[in-house]
Amino acid sequence: MADDKDVLRDVWFGRIPTCFTLYQDEITEREAEPFYLLLPRVSYLTLVTDKVKKHFLKVMKAEDVEEMWFDFEGTPLKWHYPIGLLFDLHASNTALPWSITVHFKNFPERDLLHCPSNSVIEAHFMSSIKEADALKHKSQVINDMQKKDHKQLWMGLQNDKFDQFWAMNRKLMEYPTEEGGFRYIPFRIYLTMSDRPFIQKLFRPISPDGHTHTLGDLLKAVYPVAISNDDESKRYQVVIHGIEPLLETPLQWLSEHLSHPDNFLHISVIPAPSD
Amino acid sequence: MPVSLLCAVDVYGRVYSLSTGGQQWEQCRDAVLEFKRVTAVQQCCWGIACDHHIYLNVHSSDVPIRYQEETFENQRWNPVDNFSDRLLPSDRWQWSNITGLEHQPLDSFFLPSTNWEWEGDWYIDENFGGEPTEKEGWTYAIDFPATYTKDKKWNSCVRRRRWIRYRRYKATDTWAKIPSEGHSGPLPDPFNDISCGGWEISEEPRGRLSLWAVSLQGKVWFREGIHHHSPEGDGWEEVSLPGEVVQISCGPGDLVWAVLWEGQLIVREGITRDCPQGSSWVVVDSPNPEAGAIHVAVGDNVVWAVTKDNKVWFRRGINSYNPRGSGWIGMVGEMVMINVGLNDQVWGISCEDRAVYFRQGVTSSELSGKAWKAVNVPRDGDIRSHSSASSSSLHSAGCFFSGEVRAQSVMSEDSDTENGPQRAVLEGATTAFTAGPSIPEEVASLREAEAKSPPPVLVLSPSLSGGPGDPQWSNVDLEEAQTHLAVGPAGVRGDAADTCSLSSVATYTLCQEEPYGADEHPLWAWVSGGGCGVDCHSQLNWFNSATALASSVQSMSLSISPAQTAAWRKQIFEQLSERSKREMDNFKHYEQAIEQSVWVKKGTMQWWRDWKPHKWVDVKFALEQFSGPEGNQDGILFLYYNFNEEKKYLHAFINEVTILVPVLNDSKHTFAIYTAERTKQRWPIRLAAATELEMHDWLALLSVSCCDSRGIQGPPSKQALWSVTCKGDIFVCEPSPSLEACPYPTPCDQMFWHQVGGHLRLVECNSLGVVWGVGYDHTAWVYTGGYGGGFLQGLASSTDNIYTQTDVKCVYIYENQRWNPVTGYTNRGLPTDRYMWSDATGLQECTKANTKPPSPHWTWVADWAIDYGISGGTDREGWQYAADFPTSYHGHKTLKDFVRRRRWARKCKLTTTGPWQEVPPIPLSDVTIIPCGAQSSVEPIPLWAISNKGDVLCRLGVTLLTPAGTSWLHVGTDQPFKSISIGGANQVWAIARDGSAFYRGSVSAQSPAGDCWYHIPSPARQKLQQVSVGRTSVYTVDQHGNLWFRQGLTPSYPQGLSWEHISNNVRKVSVGPLDQVWIIADKVQGSHSLSCGTVCHRLGVQPMEPKGQSWDYGIGGGWDHITVRGNSFEAPRVRMPSVTPSLTTSLTDPLRPPPTRKLLSFGNTENGNAVRC
Repeated sequence: MADDKDVLRDVWFGRIPTCFTLYQDEITEREAEPFYLLLPRVSYLTLVTDKVKKHFLKVMKAEDVEEMWFDFEGTPLKWHYPIGLLFDLHASNTALPWSITVHFKNFPERDLLHCPSNSVIEAHFMSSIKEADALKHKSQVINDMQKKDHKQLWMGLQNDKFDQFWAMNRKLMEYPTEEGGFRYIPFRIYLTMSDRPFIQKLFRPISPDGHTHTLGDLLKAVYPVAISNDDESKRYQVVIHGIEPLLETPLQWLSEHLSHPDNFLHISVIPAPSD
Repeated sequence: MPVSLLCAVDVYGRVYSLSTGGQQWEQCRDAVLEFKRVTAVQQCCWGIACDHHIYLNVHSSDVPIRYQEETFENQRWNPVDNFSDRLLPSDRWQWSNITGLEHQPLDSFFLPSTNWEWEGDWYIDENFGGEPTEKEGWTYAIDFPATYTKDKKWNSCVRRRRWIRYRRYKATDTWAKIPSEGHSGPLPDPFNDISCGGWEISEEPRGRLSLWAVSLQGKVWFREGIHHHSPEGDGWEEVSLPGEVVQISCGPGDLVWAVLWEGQLIVREGITRDCPQGSSWVVVDSPNPEAGAIHVAVGDNVVWAVTKDNKVWFRRGINSYNPRGSGWIGMVGEMVMINVGLNDQVWGISCEDRAVYFRQGVTSSELSGKAWKAVNVPRDGDIRSHSSASSSSLHSAGCFFSGEVRAQSVMSEDSDTENGPQRAVLEGATTAFTAGPSIPEEVASLREAEAKSPPPVLVLSPSLSGGPGDPQWSNVDLEEAQTHLAVGPAGVRGDAADTCSLSSVATYTLCQEEPYGADEHPLWAWVSGGGCGVDCHSQLNWFNSATALASSVQSMSLSISPAQTAAWRKQIFEQLSERSKREMDNFKHYEQAIEQSVWVKKGTMQWWRDWKPHKWVDVKFALEQFSGPEGNQDGILFLYYNFNEEKKYLHAFINEVTILVPVLNDSKHTFAIYTAERTKQRWPIRLAAATELEMHDWLALLSVSCCDSRGIQGPPSKQALWSVTCKGDIFVCEPSPSLEACPYPTPCDQMFWHQVGGHLRLVECNSLGVVWGVGYDHTAWVYTGGYGGGFLQGLASSTDNIYTQTDVKCVYIYENQRWNPVTGYTNRGLPTDRYMWSDATGLQECTKANTKPPSPHWTWVADWAIDYGISGGTDREGWQYAADFPTSYHGHKTLKDFVRRRRWARKCKLTTTGPWQEVPPIPLSDVTIIPCGAQSSVEPIPLWAISNKGDVLCRLGVTLLTPAGTSWLHVGTDQPFKSISIGGANQVWAIARDGSAFYRGSVSAQSPAGDCWYHIPSPARQKLQQVSVGRTSVYTVDQHGNLWFRQGLTPSYPQGLSWEHISNNVRKVSVGPLDQVWIIADKVQGSHSLSCGTVCHRLGVQPMEPKGQSWDYGIGGGWDHITVRGNSFEAPRVRMPSVTPSLTTSLTDPLRPPPTRKLLSFGNTENGNAVRC
């Protein structure tokens, strides 16, 4: 019988094979070869694409280079979403490797945030963790941590150190046994076909009468459209980390095991493939 | 936490119990009787029934209460008749007791009461002081009384033999009436109150209890002679009194308080080990001068009282020196009665709603607790359906309270016509309630409460009341629903239904006056928590009724928890591995986005310097972790120190570390790091962290690194070796396939051990993955399949299967005194003497005040107490005498004795976590599981144990899914046992407390307990201590540390022929399924130092040479126990097609006799050749 700890490892070490190609309109000195890379699902695009940048800069003139950004089939990819989420949301039913186009010009100001340095990613990451802990423990755990502990979380993610990260992150996953779970579950539900970036509401892991809330309960309360009735064919897939958990999966368990390092449960609701 | 019971009586006299693991009140189904009061302890429950007689309900146990009767047959030799029963006139009786003074023929033995039965007939005891006698069991002497020998000599003139017969207490789980006989005939008046306790006063005789009772006239009686072998006691003795008593309460220790009619309280003083009924009473005034006390409840260190106005009071300043306490504190809440259970936990029955309340937050430092919390669980009747009994008693309740006599008679007729037996219940209930003048307050207050309180009937949620599909809950509907249901099962006839609805209308009018219509709300009259083992850490599911039904389904057994088998969980595991395949398997050649780098963790510590003079020096400590060449994690430990102003460092590769041992003591937070080299030296790297937390952080990190570097993840394998240190820490080692290779096995000092959470004294396993442990407090634990726990948190620990584990042990100190002619014994010793308060050696001063628990994890749970159980015996004050320190001590003073000592013990408790779950309720001292091949399918798996009282037990229902098994089967013995082991072919060997060995005959899968014991003589002049049986080999260790091998075992004569000495310097032995032999050696000298308690491996053990040749020394320094019975990895060379099948079949088939030597020798020749070729 596999242990729940294995889930944490599987989640952390999830990789997406990616092929980076330079956008056709970019001006190059010679032809740019595509670049192949295994991207960690739990990390951020701009944090792990130094090698991509280096690769393409070799064929470009310095004056033609502005801030690097990516798109997939025309959709600009938000660096501040975890990579796995971007993949699940936009490309989950396409062929691998994931084909990403690299741009160095015409930054889509309306769609993307600027990311001048890693410290911006760190700030974004840490604020997510803090927000999640505010929901889970009224910020008590994160505030009890020292500066170096915060650093350890970030360094763990940056350097892909599972042990280093989880040595600290486990404290964020604790809760008083008598309460049976966190205060609220930090989650975000993303829809491909909506104008809203995501849905986020207050939702407790345990119902007032003591029952365990499941993924199904959450969707019913927050986005009932995602649940297909028995009599109709499945219209939507509910995807977390590239898998579709059963709707009866307890939400608390999901939050402890399938959250991203930013401590949020990122749930993608995507149209079911019509095959 | 073992499951235990809270007992309560409702106002109708029905007795219910509530399990700490359960969520509903279970009615005592024996109830022909109604009870007024009950007083429970762990092993039994006493009660006063409505006939005012006292009844005893002894809880059944897997180990029955059995008592050994013995008598001696005496004979004298004369030239004519040879030995005959013709004795000299001056001789003893032909049948006598052991001293010869009492005449005891076989037919003079009678069962003490009808609650006992004989187990069998008389038989002759053929064991004489650990030695088997001749068939007839005679022992010979020159004359009575003299020293007997088992051999007949030329001058043996008399002989005697011992006959034994067992009787068994049979009235378990039923209410057995206790005759109210005093010493001079029947007692004058019936009983009115009862309280049981006092088991902490003395452990001699075993299971001793004090039972105090109050009669209607206010007299107090003490029941004498209650102990394990005499649960009913002998008789009543009157206790003189300063007044008339209405109620009495007796705590687990020496606290006894009673309430007088006038409202004062009296405290019993002078209760001691020798005088459990105490000597005198002292009066304490009622807390409130206006309202006298009506009720008192005492625990270990607390006294609670209730006054006439139902106010609750807590007594300050109670301790064993001052049982009177110092003052009253008024508490919140109004109660009709209060009961103090185990651990000074408090239960009460509220005066307002008659519900049972639990006092939350009672700890040893805050004995008064924090708040009252209502126990809110349904009764079993409520859930099943409304039983007819409850509806009829409901009527009686209404009737009684309203005082409507006429209505009552109508109702009685009604129930008469419908179902007769209810009548009795009804009447009984009424008597129970009008039970004489003793409880007028209760009745009055209840009436008041009813008058004031709003109807509480409808507050219950439908899910709780559980009526099948009836959503409308009003009084009328409820009544009808109930009555219909009541008659429903018996077949509804039209006219019967009519009468029912009529009656329900009648009741309805009553209910308007008295809101106690619905029986849904139980009204309690009495509660007793004396058998209920909860404390402030207990997780109880008694307070939230919403989850009651859902989770009451959860089984207490150790099978895999539902969460683990749930479909959603499976789905996630499957999909994740699918995802990995899909997204990663074909793309492994892609570059990783993040390059692995070195990660360093630094800290400061103290290091026990390697060179003399040894001392703690400050060092900088760093762990560098990096990915090894094959992607595995690796690391190096650095220790930077200054030597002669020069900076130097010491390092160790993480993959060379063999074990990390925490050595927590009260002054420093230290741990030791061993490598193979350091094990040889018997000199580890000793480090001390500044705080306990820091030490645990480092240990957890280092432990993960070490495991990572060796690719060890998750729970220990089924083949793992387990060992336990003298600190109770548990270590496992994954055996390499060549661990038992011959002639070149893996060296012992290179074995890598890692820690598993928990605290145990011994652990036993087999290769099917069944692992059991026994704690210092003799609690039995079963391994749950998890890993980590304790300080191994987070990644080093599994999330499931980790539970709280507690252990209790005693710390001992000695009080030493020397005699002088002027003042007798005093604490003024000679200048050369030891400390007057010392440890066992006398070298360390240990006073009561400065002695601390063994480590910060342990906390004191009791005060210092004299230990009378020390070997050698003591006098009445616990003293042992000797001519001088340090010599052997004896329990009585002689003229030659000038010094004396006594031992004081203090209990301390550890709470930790680990992959262990308790196997209640019988405490164990030894356990053994059948060793077998890893592939064998022996189910159920044979498991034997010895209880801490020396009973031999065989566990039933042990399987891979339920490693805890289901129940114990008691295997009778004529004396207590101390060690047991079962071999691969079901051969069970055991060691008795007198040091003799026994072989159990005919144990098989069909007859798991075998049929009889064969007495095996011990090696000459040696008392055996421990036994271990492998596939065929039998090894024992004696009390002087000698290791013995049993010669001449064959399938036709499995008892063998003789003992052969193998080695000395042995503390414990473990023989595995390959007949491999491992021991804990007493002392092992290394190049730097010496270690006591060292794991050693017998080298050269082969099928032809089961005794082996020499020892290989492994990890050591405080090891207490090892088991290798899980390791069935045959060394590679044994894997020969011609041999393996025959070996495996003989191992897997428990019915087959052990493989003969011949077969094995055949195998050996082939193997030998294979190696030599």
